Amino acid sequence: MSDYNFAYLDEQTKRMIRRAILKGLAIPGYQVPFASREMPMPYGWGTGGVQVSAAVLTPDDTFKVIDQGADDTTNAVSIRRFFQKTAGVAVTEATSQASVIQTRHRIPEEALRDDQIIVYQVPIPEPLRFLEPSEVETRKMHALEEYGLMHVKLYEDISQHGDIATAYAYPVKVEGRYVMDPSPIPKFDNPKLEMSGIQLFGAGREQRIYAIPPYTKVVSLDFDDYPFQPTKADHACDLCGAPDSYLDELIVDDVGGRMFMCSDTDYCATRRKQGHVGAQGMPYEEDAA
Amino acid sequence: MYVAVKGGERAIDNAHAWLADERRGDTAIPELSVAQIREQMALAVNRVMAEGSLYDPDLAALAIKQARGDLIEAIFLIRAYRTTLPRFGGSNPIETEDMACDRRVSATFKDAPGGQVLGPTFDYTHRLLDFKLAADGEGADVPTAAPSDAATPHIMSFLDREGLIQTEPTGDAVPDDLTRTPLELPASRALRLQSLTRGDEGFLLGMAYSTQRGYARNHAFVAELRIGTVAVEMEIPELGFAIEIGEITVTECETVNQFQGSKTQPPQFTRGYGLVFGMTERKAISMALVDRALRWKELGEDNLGAPAQDEEFVLYHGDNIQATGFLEHIKLPHYVDFQSELELIRKLRREAHDNISREAAE
Repeated sequence: MSDYNFAYLDEQTKRMIRRAILKGLAIPGYQVPFASREMPMPYGWGTGGVQVSAAVLTPDDTFKVIDQGADDTTNAVSIRRFFQKTAGVAVTEATSQASVIQTRHRIPEEALRDDQIIVYQVPIPEPLRFLEPSEVETRKMHALEEYGLMHVKLYEDISQHGDIATAYAYPVKVEGRYVMDPSPIPKFDNPKLEMSGIQLFGAGREQRIYAIPPYTKVVSLDFDDYPFQPTKADHACDLCGAPDSYLDELIVDDVGGRMFMCSDTDYCATRRKQGHVGAQGMPYEEDAA
Repeated sequence: MYVAVKGGERAIDNAHAWLADERRGDTAIPELSVAQIREQMALAVNRVMAEGSLYDPDLAALAIKQARGDLIEAIFLIRAYRTTLPRFGGSNPIETEDMACDRRVSATFKDAPGGQVLGPTFDYTHRLLDFKLAADGEGADVPTAAPSDAATPHIMSFLDREGLIQTEPTGDAVPDDLTRTPLELPASRALRLQSLTRGDEGFLLGMAYSTQRGYARNHAFVAELRIGTVAVEMEIPELGFAIEIGEITVTECETVNQFQGSKTQPPQFTRGYGLVFGMTERKAISMALVDRALRWKELGEDNLGAPAQDEEFVLYHGDNIQATGFLEHIKLPHYVDFQSELELIRKLRREAHDNISREAAE
């Protein structure tokens, strides 16, 4: 498409975003303000991730987009098409073949390599936001490393529920300094935040970018006597039989019947191609599904 | 046997096709032209230009047509287009003093140089449905008069002469551009005003109304409300002087508010300011009231904890494109986070049940 610049944004804007990304990588977990642009998709639908992807994509990249772990969910399709149209980059559904992966709410099951970048869409970048609504105050709290409020919240959870009642967007401490919101990934994915790939987080509406460089220490907040536990449904995938992947629950009839399948569709399809079959699955065929 | 659900791509294509069909409506009815919308839905066009931050009546009319009359959707289309345009530079400040006024009223002085001009206002119409319009009634002949060539100085300048109104700092500093730099708080007044002028009309109206009803009450007099065209001039570096590059219609509202004065300062009136693209008078008045409410700190007033005084609250929640995007995103799939909540609540309930039955056994 010739009406727009490569990957939609003009070069000056991309440079501005890259500067924010570099600053974010230099101060892991710190939220860098950036002059977010209005994108042709709504705020709250991945505009932060889209701007970060636009700033890092090159014509040689292979791009993958997932939403809830799946390449085929509507918003993932929409964002993938946007970059096919505006950047003409190759796209893939295979995690291992992508050089840039934009994601909403999941980290792929397959470990990322050091030549891959994962871009997270972030709705509310501030982990302290629901404890303190004012941005002026939360920036001060980060500057002073004043995270007591967060620990009090986790403690209150335990005293009220006997457990930390946060199941997704579970707060982490990055390299011993900044408390960071990992975006609304299930806490099952938190251990994967220590990885070989570059992790970039974009919040368009809130005008913030932050990052985790490869091999950075990322600790999920917890207490010695209530250690962090990544959890998932206590089942294996009904399609591919994977016992260790994060599962979606599907309602299959009107009498409470349900089944579980991998949320990471590429992981599931790859396993089925390799011959794994779950309790309700069938052997993989090229044309099936 | 279960086959995973697929088909996002096809569903999207079909939804778009259906949308286009619905937009056109019954094809037995003639299609609206962009020019018809521009001419006959002018106030909708004005709102889209104002909140879209782009002065282009034709594009705004096109956006309204494309958006099926959903003005926030139309504003979104304009914003998304605007963001792709290069920024050539800044114009000189417009001189609203030299405005060719279609409307100019003051609520503080019965008469003033330049006079009161009602202009094309709904103000004194009786809100009775005009069924003649339903029957294709063409407008009657409208009496015309030669435009007045009398100067229309700002009403505020008369108060200024007496020192009764608080003075604003002057300077040549180029203000930041809200669309090019991230909003950081506390924001300068220039940034606040930029944010208000593109903010949602309904939100600002509600905020302004709340100050009238006592949440940080500060009674405002409309010193002047003027609507008309002004020239836009721009300094061209190669020429070394400013040339006129066009003309825009704007609405300007200046309010006079009381100020108690302090030990060090004699009592003075203070002002609130609203300036909005197009004929957008409700918005301009709302903007002036909210601007005034936000100035409590610089004017040495108390923070009464009212929503309209809270800069962060107003500036972070007044943009309808940000708000609607985030609000509507909850339609997107949230299977994964919901699943994690499901697991958690099942676990918590299991533990609670265990505790209860253990206690019962004891």
